[in-house]
Amino acid sequence: MSAPIVECRGVHKWYAGVHALKDVNLSIAPGEVVGLVGDNGAGKSTLIKILSGVHRQDAGELLIEGKPAEMRSPKDAMRLGIETIYQSNSMVPTMSIARNLFLGREPLRIGIFGVGLLDKERMRRESVHAIADVDLHLRSSEALVGELSGGQRQGVAIARAMHFKSKLLVLDEPTNHLSVKETNKVLGFIRGLKPQGVTGIFISHNIHHVFQCCDRVIAMARGEIVFDRAVDATSIDEIQEML
Amino acid sequence: MRNLFRIYLEKPELAGIALLAVLVAVFELRSGGTFLSPDNLRGILGLLPEVGLVAIGVTVLMICGEFDLSVGSVFALMPMVAAELMERNIGFLPAILAGFAVCAAIGLLNGFITLRFAIPSFITTLGMLFIARSLTVVISGGFPPVLPDDIPSWLFTQFIGPGGLIRMSFLWFVAIALLASALLSLTNVGNWIKSTGGFLEAAAAMGIPVNGVKMGCFLLSSLLAGFAGLIQVLRLASPLPSIGEGLELQAVAAAVIGGTALTGGVGTVLGAIVGALLIRVIDNGLVLTQVDANWFKFAVGALTIFAVVANSWLRRAARSIRIEAG
Ligand SMILES: Nc1ncnc2c1ncn2[C@@H]1O[C@H](COP(=O)(O)OP(=O)(O)O)[C@@H](O)[C@H]1O
Ligand SMILES: [Mg+2]
Repeated sequence: MSAPIVECRGVHKWYAGVHALKDVNLSIAPGEVVGLVGDNGAGKSTLIKILSGVHRQDAGELLIEGKPAEMRSPKDAMRLGIETIYQSNSMVPTMSIARNLFLGREPLRIGIFGVGLLDKERMRRESVHAIADVDLHLRSSEALVGELSGGQRQGVAIARAMHFKSKLLVLDEPTNHLSVKETNKVLGFIRGLKPQGVTGIFISHNIHHVFQCCDRVIAMARGEIVFDRAVDATSIDEIQEML
Repeated sequence: MRNLFRIYLEKPELAGIALLAVLVAVFELRSGGTFLSPDNLRGILGLLPEVGLVAIGVTVLMICGEFDLSVGSVFALMPMVAAELMERNIGFLPAILAGFAVCAAIGLLNGFITLRFAIPSFITTLGMLFIARSLTVVISGGFPPVLPDDIPSWLFTQFIGPGGLIRMSFLWFVAIALLASALLSLTNVGNWIKSTGGFLEAAAAMGIPVNGVKMGCFLLSSLLAGFAGLIQVLRLASPLPSIGEGLELQAVAAAVIGGTALTGGVGTVLGAIVGALLIRVIDNGLVLTQVDANWFKFAVGALTIFAVVANSWLRRAARSIRIEAG
């Protein structure tokens, strides 16, 4: 069996007195899509912020593909193939889809020290592909993200993660503030991860959503993992009772 | 409606260009053909680089989400520092480099204080407006220095072109405008500037060095303001400590009239230039058509308010489109 794509060993996190994560141990295999549930304040966001390089754990170890990982910034995490989509949108509304897709990773025609002229043709071409790959139908990659609906924006964010061959896609409550129809669209995008071989962590406070698109469900409460089982081996009722 | 929003976001300067055309036509008619005469154009185009360069720096900074109110004072301080040093015979180039070093220090300090203490740049640079002006007056010591005769002023002030229509400063202005415009629309750094002002959190999450981007834009704004001040001093052949007063507000007005959003993320260099040109045209046109020149500030003020109202109306319209789509 191949090494887990991500592994946490005895991870702790304190925020000025608040013990937000208490000895979290977790291992996710390649290709798994894991649902992470729990009440507000359970520590879900804190855990994934550590995985995506926004925060650092105060104790414990983080392994990516079996190797100890030091992540000091989101950029470090992205380099290791971990991409995060937050509930508040991670797109710039005043910029085009193509420019958003390549934000921070722009292909250059010529450049020195990472600064140079954009390869606009390649950005246009590849963003059209990337969007089509997640089954998102948009008129043009030159449309502004501000013109898109919330669900479409999350679709573009997912397309971006796929395009950069992320190994692990983390989605922190991506369906917040979305209509039912838009939410279903996003759940569809998440179901599309597995066929493409992308590992996913989907955070939601809606257990029904998790059951619709995940293989495995992990529940957190008061900074600890209190439940961890395959979706087939449990039921919505069992989890609701426990939380 | 959707198209209107697109056009506004992609070409925010179009409305300004249309207005410019109308004003030029009106002034040309009312002045009986004097407005577009070579002599008058020479006047307008001679002054444009000075306001225009300041407006470019302020606009790029506004696009990345910050303000600079200290540009008018830096406009006076840079040439004052350079002139004082020239008077002490250290040579033209070293004196100018020292002037730019002062601008760079002010720009970086503006950025550092704003970011380190997380305060609005509006306040930081308002403070710097007073500080830099005060320094200028103190350095001049009440007696402005006299520029040496042998400095190469012609590099900036010489009339050139058909009929001597433009000054050398215009070429510097065009070159810098093209570079700044290319930076914004053709390079990845332009992408970072727009994203930093458009949605800071998203840019940071994608690994954009947002603080570095802002520092760079503060630096650019200060350097361009200093350069513009130098050009004016060489044109007038005398460094007065009072030049550039109120210029910061003209620059912000130019940016806004040219379609730059106060909230950041939206704007173009061309827009800033159109805004600056509109202000110059109004100033000059009012004089030529023998309207009381005191109406100048009234017109610029009204135009600024109109531009912001129009922009926020367009943005509201855009939001309603989004809701329909969702
Ligand atoms: N930046 C922060 N500073 C201080 N406390 C925080 C911060 N972020 C989260 N917390 C606290 O840590 C705990 C876990 O929060 P969080 O990880 O956001 O939970 P969840 O995402 O499950 O709702 C909560 O008690 C919260 O108040
Ligand atoms: Mg959360």
